[in-house]
Amino acid sequence: MTMAEGTTAKEGTGKLVHLRIKRQDGPGKADTIRWEEFNVPKLPQMNVNSALQQIQKDPVTTAGKTVAPVVWEAACLEEVCGSCTMLINGKVRQACSALVDQLAPNGEVITIEPMSKFPCERDLIVDRSRMFESLKQVKAWIELDGTHELGPGPRESQESQEERYPLSRCMTCGCCLEACPQYSDASPFIGPAALNQVRLFNLHPSGAMHKNARLESVMGEGGVADCGKAQNCVEVCPKEIPLVDSISVVARETTKRMLFGWLLK
Amino acid sequence: MAAKSTIKSEGGKVRRVIVVGGGLAGLMTVIKLCEAKVPVDLISLVPVKRSHSACAQGGINASVNTKGEGDSPQVHLEETAYGGDFLGNQPPIKGMADAAPGIVYMLDRMGVPFNRTAEGLLDFRRFGGTLFHRTAFAGATTGQQLLYALDEQVRRWETTDVTDEHGVSLPGEKMVRKFEFWDFLQAIIDDNGNCVGCVAQDLKSMHIKHFPGDAVVLATGGCGIVFGRSTLSVICTGTAAAAAYQQGACYANGEFIQVHPTAIPGADKLRLISESARGEGGRVWVPKDKNEKREGRDVPEKERDYLLERMYPGYGNLVPRDIASRAIFQTCFHEERGIYSTITGKNEDEVYLDLTHKDEKFLRGKLAGILEIYEKFAGVDPYKNPMKVFPAVHYSMGGLWVDYERDAKGSLRVGSPRNHSTNIPGLYAVGEVDYQYHGANRLGANSLLSCLWGGMACGPAVATYTRNLAKSALDLPSSTFEKAEKRALADYERILKQNQDKKNAENAYRLHQELGDTMLRDVTIERHNDQLEKVLTKLDELDERVKNVKSTDDSPRVNQGAQFVRHLENMLVLARVIAQGAKDRDESRGAHYKPDFPKRNDEEFLRTTMAMHEKKGAVKYVRELDYSLAGANVHVTDAVDTTLVAPRTRSYEQAGAASAAAASKLDTKQPQSAGKSA
Repeated sequence: MTMAEGTTAKEGTGKLVHLRIKRQDGPGKADTIRWEEFNVPKLPQMNVNSALQQIQKDPVTTAGKTVAPVVWEAACLEEVCGSCTMLINGKVRQACSALVDQLAPNGEVITIEPMSKFPCERDLIVDRSRMFESLKQVKAWIELDGTHELGPGPRESQESQEERYPLSRCMTCGCCLEACPQYSDASPFIGPAALNQVRLFNLHPSGAMHKNARLESVMGEGGVADCGKAQNCVEVCPKEIPLVDSISVVARETTKRMLFGWLLK
Repeated sequence: MAAKSTIKSEGGKVRRVIVVGGGLAGLMTVIKLCEAKVPVDLISLVPVKRSHSACAQGGINASVNTKGEGDSPQVHLEETAYGGDFLGNQPPIKGMADAAPGIVYMLDRMGVPFNRTAEGLLDFRRFGGTLFHRTAFAGATTGQQLLYALDEQVRRWETTDVTDEHGVSLPGEKMVRKFEFWDFLQAIIDDNGNCVGCVAQDLKSMHIKHFPGDAVVLATGGCGIVFGRSTLSVICTGTAAAAAYQQGACYANGEFIQVHPTAIPGADKLRLISESARGEGGRVWVPKDKNEKREGRDVPEKERDYLLERMYPGYGNLVPRDIASRAIFQTCFHEERGIYSTITGKNEDEVYLDLTHKDEKFLRGKLAGILEIYEKFAGVDPYKNPMKVFPAVHYSMGGLWVDYERDAKGSLRVGSPRNHSTNIPGLYAVGEVDYQYHGANRLGANSLLSCLWGGMACGPAVATYTRNLAKSALDLPSSTFEKAEKRALADYERILKQNQDKKNAENAYRLHQELGDTMLRDVTIERHNDQLEKVLTKLDELDERVKNVKSTDDSPRVNQGAQFVRHLENMLVLARVIAQGAKDRDESRGAHYKPDFPKRNDEEFLRTTMAMHEKKGAVKYVRELDYSLAGANVHVTDAVDTTLVAPRTRSYEQAGAASAAAASKLDTKQPQSAGKSA
């Protein structure tokens, strides 16, 4: 007598979910690219993440072959960590918030692939470390004097907080980079996510003290000027961050910096 | 005699401390170490920005008293001790409550977009177990925002050179080196019993490697995945804690598992709907009529039973989590008054969490993050419909036993090497993986605080410890490290190879489901000794069956199958510590509730449960232990330091019951009715 049944899995609705998954054994192993199909039992309120979990319990393809379970990144499962980003039916998104009922209301095949703009580590896992390196490049931080007690930070209006907070919800998932026509592993373009960080930190009173260093970090090759204004980024951002606005703000500021910054030196 | 240089070993290499885990507690420890000029190797299962701290929603407690209610660190201390049913050592709690306002200000300086008052000050909201507005918040994704702020500061340290005693940069050496997608396997313990590093595995190449470190800090989070599904991230298996425990670290109060009252049931995860929903006026109810079949929004006000407000008029919807969860469980499970489902044709184990009486703009400003989760995952608009929720496993108050040193004022003495030290010298633990601060039940919004404060106490403690070491780990014979590495490698190979040819071998993921179902059913809200007995028998069975597990994957790259076998083996070890601890504690205290022993029994059980690993499948409980730190023997017992707030009966029916200091300030004001509109 105890925790209720309501929270234990009600196994199976009698229906199956049909998955078609692109697999690869490791980086540079294009020769191992293959598609495998799986039928897994459908659970109530199922998402793509739980469908992949079902494969772990019974890793047999529809052709009857026992294979290694598909590997993917997952952590929070509530679309706040960014881990489980992949292409689902051709659209870049998180597997946790991709609900099976919406993707395949009549049992259609769900196609799953790794993101294409990052090196594949294995199956659905890609190497997104370049995104974190970009955060170093743009100095996406406040130059804090230290963590000792120095009293509160600068006062801020509600309006300003309402502008900063949505920008600060970027979970470095990579959707915007996947969708961006200018971004690829062959292009130096830094992409929308990091440019948005430039805007975010330049909005903060302490961050603004180092505004120019951030602007200059995106003025050269691969910087903000490489944006082709396709506006795909804002369409796919799961957190609805106004990325196009951020890019325009940063573009405007860098132009100003280029035109007048040097004069002031 | 301390070593000649605190920066370099005798061999000229940079001395480092290893921090395992990059959530709030780990990152705060890293920052404190860097500020103390101690270089760090940071090992994390996932990129640190994806750690489970990101899931914290509601906020962080600090008695800044912006609303002029008379809040103070003293009230915060009293309410935390009371909320934890007096099982928490009070000096560390006092240290935390006193430091809280400064911590929130520090986060503010880091640029966290906290919500603001009209005057531009930090805004605060209400949370459980208090009547004051004590919780600072950034929308309803506060944990994410705090994690990002710390991640940014650590990234800055990643770009900072190590300098020697003369301030000269050491080429190529950065203050922080990150190892992301690495799994902690075991601590390395030298012949003198000191922890001198760890062995970890690269989860991409599967390469196993030793990391020498002058100290190791485990900041590896909770163990909710032992219960199958919970509000925790799938990475929170408790594997590192279980490994350290099997190497001789004491595990304390394991039986105290917090069940959060309001989560959305789901197939892969039980998604949290933060307590802040109630802090901002959300009300929990079920229809008064058991046979009610209408949709929630169609049930008229007078036909609703606001059960928490009825049962606990003093605190209403903001009673602590253990109490709210039990009330909901009682209503749904025993009284069968849960919400009617048209699909199953019966009352399901769900209650309404209702915010529909609040203004939509107000809700968007303060709770959008969680309402979005409800909308996305339940597919229903929570601005117009009451949400359907049920309790879910959420937090482990227990964890690795850690020490502290008390100062003259009864607080924790910052800088003492004892703070956050496990009983293995050189091995520290901080954050949810430790057992400090929350006693038998954690108050909402105290977890982010305890992670940050823990890091602020742990960092300086480790810096003191390493400064006084006679020798760096780097100057120890390499055999110490090679031996450990070999052992870890052999264990991994065992997992890869075992039972490969066996017919009817077990599947680790299926066994995990069995483990989770058992733990969830019998070791959560209500506990009965006969059922716990069965759980232990089931664990015996699973211990046998896990030997027949065959790894589903033999790949040399990103082998999640083999990794999961290791985590499962470790989860089974922790499950036993939790279940056995629950069985042995014949009383009810905080989150641990036995209907057969409904009262708290201070005489017998006002003490820390201290579990030591005896052998596979056997836990030894001790009442005291000795460990040696910097050459001195430290003797500790299971007595709880309750010298600051004397234990008394815990009850939330009366407003102000949780704090004498708060009650004195309540004369002129009535507790707020949670039902009022903003």
